[in-house]
Amino acid sequence: MILREKLKPLLVYLVLIISSSLIILGFLWLFITSFSTRTEGLRPLRWTLHNWSFLWESPFGPEYPSIWWVTLNTLLMSLTMTIIVVVVSSMTGYALSRMKFAGRKSFLSLTLILHAFPSVTLLIPIYFVLLYVSKIPVIGRGIPLLGGFGYNTIGGVALVMVAFQLPFGIWVMKGFFDNISWDMERAALIDGASRFKVWWQIMMPNIKPGIAALSIFSFLSGWNAYLIPFTFTVGRAGKTAVLSVYLQNFMSESVMTEWNVVAAVGLFQLIPVILFFLLTQEALLSIYGGGKRGGV
Amino acid sequence: MRQRGQTEEGKISSPPSIRARTFYRLEGRLAPYAFLSPALILVILFFFIPLIMVFILSFTNLDMTNLGILKWWDPANWSLKNYAKIFTNRFFPKILINTVMYVGLTLTFFNVGMALILALITTHINRKVGFASRTLWLLPRITPVVVYIMMWKAMAGPTPMGIINSYILGPLGIGKGEYLLNLYPWVFVILVNGFIGASFGMIIFSSAIESIPKEYIIASKVDGATTWQTIRYVELPILKWPLLFVTTYQTLSLLTSFTQIMLLTDGGPKLYQTEVWALTAYHRALTSYFGNTQWGYGAAWSVVLVVIGVIMAVIYLRVFRFGELVEEPKIEQL
Repeated sequence: MILREKLKPLLVYLVLIISSSLIILGFLWLFITSFSTRTEGLRPLRWTLHNWSFLWESPFGPEYPSIWWVTLNTLLMSLTMTIIVVVVSSMTGYALSRMKFAGRKSFLSLTLILHAFPSVTLLIPIYFVLLYVSKIPVIGRGIPLLGGFGYNTIGGVALVMVAFQLPFGIWVMKGFFDNISWDMERAALIDGASRFKVWWQIMMPNIKPGIAALSIFSFLSGWNAYLIPFTFTVGRAGKTAVLSVYLQNFMSESVMTEWNVVAAVGLFQLIPVILFFLLTQEALLSIYGGGKRGGV
Repeated sequence: MRQRGQTEEGKISSPPSIRARTFYRLEGRLAPYAFLSPALILVILFFFIPLIMVFILSFTNLDMTNLGILKWWDPANWSLKNYAKIFTNRFFPKILINTVMYVGLTLTFFNVGMALILALITTHINRKVGFASRTLWLLPRITPVVVYIMMWKAMAGPTPMGIINSYILGPLGIGKGEYLLNLYPWVFVILVNGFIGASFGMIIFSSAIESIPKEYIIASKVDGATTWQTIRYVELPILKWPLLFVTTYQTLSLLTSFTQIMLLTDGGPKLYQTEVWALTAYHRALTSYFGNTQWGYGAAWSVVLVVIGVIMAVIYLRVFRFGELVEEPKIEQL
């Protein structure tokens, strides 16, 4: 009996280790590869720092943006996207959780079904939409830093990313609002506060863990996005390039792709995200999708 | 709304004017739509307008050669030819079976199955170890896809280079150390996608488990339940809503995802061996062996895919009794 009690956790750890072994091996290889000229299995043939030289000199000459500029772009794009996702989906989630209106259930299922639209096929029409947005003064391409919300701007790419992130955001946010009891809000309404005030001053502070979790998730997907930034910005060398698009430079420019450099750039993109994730995991854990736990 | 008016009547001495009352009623009616409007604008801009355009394009034969010449918005140029072409395509059954296999296997084994196992394990062991393993499983999702696929190709490589061959299969004495990706492309398609997919469900499920009030768990322990019984009768029932969400969301994600397969096998190694629906749509619409891209034909493929996705979603919502899971808001009934 005692032996069985002791064996059980061991068995659980064993399952965990075996299932994760492929990931461990793979990323170990990736790390070793980025510091060596060639590898045989996990054994490097020669250690080198050459693969990481993109950090201090632009590998394609001065006319290309440096990796730090590209990193700033990626950061701006992910942050813009995260802020819009959180604001828009918390507004929608609040309405879906707390308000009665015609078509509430259908809107909720519609948001989920929206996810069925493959981004690939919507790409061509979205291109036309963005070109149209570009023609609008100021919003189109007159905003500093972001460039605007039209075609080939950081803001435009962020906006398209927001649209694809919304189904997820709305569902998660609705779950969080469901978990808050009705009483506080009811009291505020009786005291004559408007719905908007209730949402901003009473509900939002109460779902801070939800906001944190959704922000982290959106930020990660923004940081990693490839297809959408690649399609809606011109050129991998342009001023609007983000990291995953910039990575593409290393793969087609030279005659032979230097895979070790690709591994290094990939790790460069990965490291801040891992640190970020380790620091924020506690918040991520509260992303619970809600359900039947609303107050009274 | 009426009742709120009454409460205020009690507070302020004079009854609110008719104008104020109409304003309240109007606010009550319009407020939901005010809250929904930003999302609605984005959805209309980036989902509905593009969808209508894709739908129209799917009836035309627009491609690179006749762009700007063909009046695709003119109904005179519309026909069902593209759809006929899809359903009479020699590889149509193959692609359909591939898609079902890809979505079904990845979803069952990884996106839901593995995710649930990981969530249960990481919430029941030492907290620090749990955190570390979750971070580990998140790595595939946050690695740039190009680098991630490169890593898998290195893993599948032939004997002296390949990691699986030299560290797992070799010592076990299995296989001859060939390039595994050509030998078992399907295994790798599912592994590659599954390792990315599992983390999504893992995060959702484990946060749902963490949010269960501790009293429930303690109560079941006091009643003498084993860990397994606690999981089965206390934790799994609470996971119903997240399960609905993850299953539906991930089915749709898998149906429409193709980047990993494109970079890994590009539908090969044998003709159409691992070609799935979304990849076909991409191939037809944006790349072509003959140098021209058939947007119209590709659009038709994706319209069918959207229809499949919507049907799947509706079935899931029925199976999980979506209507019963969604509570009516009671805030207005003070």
